[in-house]
Amino acid sequence: MTTPLVQMKDVSIAFGGVRAVDHVSIDLYPGEVVGLLGHNGAGKSTLIKMLSGAYKMDSGEIWINGKKATINSPKDARDHNIETIYQTLALADNLDAASNLFLGRELTTPLGFVDDSQMEAETRKIMARLNPNFKKLKEPVSALSGGQRQSVAIARAVYFNAKILIMDEPTAALGVHETAMVAELIGELKKQGLGIFLISHDTREMMELCDRVSVMKNGQMIGTERVEDVTEDEILSMIILGKKTPDAQAS
Amino acid sequence: MSDQTAQNPAPAKRSLFQALELDTRLLGMIGAFVLVCIVFNVLTEGRFLTPRNIFNLTIQTVSVAIMATGMVFVIVTRHIDLSVGAILATCSAAMAMTQVHILPSTLGFDLGHWAIPWITIGVGLLIGTAIGAANGWLIGYQGIPAFIVTLGGFLIWRNVGWYQTGGQTIGPLDKTFMTFGGINGTLGVSLSWAFGMLAVAVSVFMLYRGRAAKLRHGFIVKPAWAEATMAAIISAAILGFVWIMNSYQIPTRRLERLFEARGEVMPEGFTDAYGVPISVFLLIAIAIGMTIIARRTRFGRYIFAAGGNPDAAELSGINTRMLTVKIFALMGALCALSAVVASSRLANHSNDLGTLDELRVIAAAVIGGTALAGGVGTIYGAILGALIMQSLQSGMAMVGVDAPLQNIVVGGVLIFAVWVDIQYRKRAGVK
Repeated sequence: MTTPLVQMKDVSIAFGGVRAVDHVSIDLYPGEVVGLLGHNGAGKSTLIKMLSGAYKMDSGEIWINGKKATINSPKDARDHNIETIYQTLALADNLDAASNLFLGRELTTPLGFVDDSQMEAETRKIMARLNPNFKKLKEPVSALSGGQRQSVAIARAVYFNAKILIMDEPTAALGVHETAMVAELIGELKKQGLGIFLISHDTREMMELCDRVSVMKNGQMIGTERVEDVTEDEILSMIILGKKTPDAQAS
Repeated sequence: MSDQTAQNPAPAKRSLFQALELDTRLLGMIGAFVLVCIVFNVLTEGRFLTPRNIFNLTIQTVSVAIMATGMVFVIVTRHIDLSVGAILATCSAAMAMTQVHILPSTLGFDLGHWAIPWITIGVGLLIGTAIGAANGWLIGYQGIPAFIVTLGGFLIWRNVGWYQTGGQTIGPLDKTFMTFGGINGTLGVSLSWAFGMLAVAVSVFMLYRGRAAKLRHGFIVKPAWAEATMAAIISAAILGFVWIMNSYQIPTRRLERLFEARGEVMPEGFTDAYGVPISVFLLIAIAIGMTIIARRTRFGRYIFAAGGNPDAAELSGINTRMLTVKIFALMGALCALSAVVASSRLANHSNDLGTLDELRVIAAAVIGGTALAGGVGTIYGAILGALIMQSLQSGMAMVGVDAPLQNIVVGGVLIFAVWVDIQYRKRAGVK
């Protein structure tokens, strides 16, 4: 049995009196896509933000590659090769694509100054791979379309050799063609051995992209199923009723 | 929007400005400045654009312009600093007390000791930086809005300055210290030319290096003639400025006194000119330093990122709280440098030094294109903004406009400048 890439053990966080994530455990293996499903406010994004360092958990443990990890900030997460594509994309609208791609980890010249030409060249390279139509390298990302902005956010996560990738609603703002491109990319990254946490509302899409899906409701983990073992309807009823259907439990 | 990175751009009809890749907003500001100068020159029958007046205009602008460069960073990160004039007063009071009373009387330095001005400036910088850092800590780590912290600071530091001196005017200041004030300290003709030549050499070298870096990565560069034109314009501007400063003759009476002080007799027909003021030299050095920080360092990149999207900056692993402390500390240090210039220009520290400077500094930054919504602003813009405001003010004074009317016009210009900027952004389709 391979060691899991990520194990979140008995993780909890509360905001005021609200238990946003309540004693949840989840794991992720190399080359695997695990989907997180649930209503708005079910705790999916919150759970994932503890892994990406945006929130600090109240209790529980995170293990990376079989070793206990301390993640207190986004930087800690990046040091563990965890990259996140946020639903909001987290782009600085006033900066160009290269500045956003390298934000927080700028390439520098030997004298310690930021090396814009080098970063632009690297951005061109990765964009040629991810989105060959991408040409607006000099303009602030506020001037880009939704799909182009998305590809900047994806490029940022992919460029730095992520081992663990978190994608929060990666296709929500995209057209059909771009959604297909993201699906293709996920397949490719899987082959390279990355582990991916995927958050989405689209149950059908999740059944296609994921190996396993976990359903959350009211901050609690309802259950995790291999996609081939369940039907879409069974997953839907887990989301709505907040408990496993007898059929699913039997399998 | 045109696609500049296409494989073969084949610019059939590129206009001159497009080829030069000049910032239209910068052109607009320079245009406004030139217009102001010409109008006043006509109204004053040629007295506005004399070497003497241009010299005075530049030394009057320095103090506000130095602080405006720091205000750009503050406003870009969506903060404001209402306490800069008060911090200037506190620093100036502390520096005046240090050089006039504390160092000579308490610590026994001889008056005129070489170390006095430098220890004094060090003390000022320390105090300014500490006050700024404290502001930044309250804003960044304690979450008190910058408006409130610096509004409180406005009252506190203005009156700490008052308290230190008991409201007295402190002077005369140290001789060397006063060379930062403008007319008391200039580079002289030959040093000014040397400085101009050096500036031209460095500018041309930077243009060349920028082009070389682009070519190395195979990016499209502007045509060589455009690059050469830019170099020519920049060189002409630098040398033209030095020439004007070198054309301001020192009055004969003053020269005679200088010779008398050295126990010599002035040769018949001897003339000399002021040259570039040391305070202007200081401003240029600060402007270059701040521009490098803004464009070429991580610190600067994070300032603009945090201004554009604070959440994104934080999620990218940037410590935005510490960033706020650093920005305000830098602002405080610049206030201290402004205090050196402002007090030495007047040859003493007076209680009302820097009064209303916070408003002039903010106005300069805003006229210079810094957006209060955050994320946008340039150092050169803020300096141009300060220069435009000072030109308006002293131009109106020369024409004989009443003081209340002067302020009314400056206020109107501030609002008008921001309106023009908003219209420009709408047209250009930038947020």
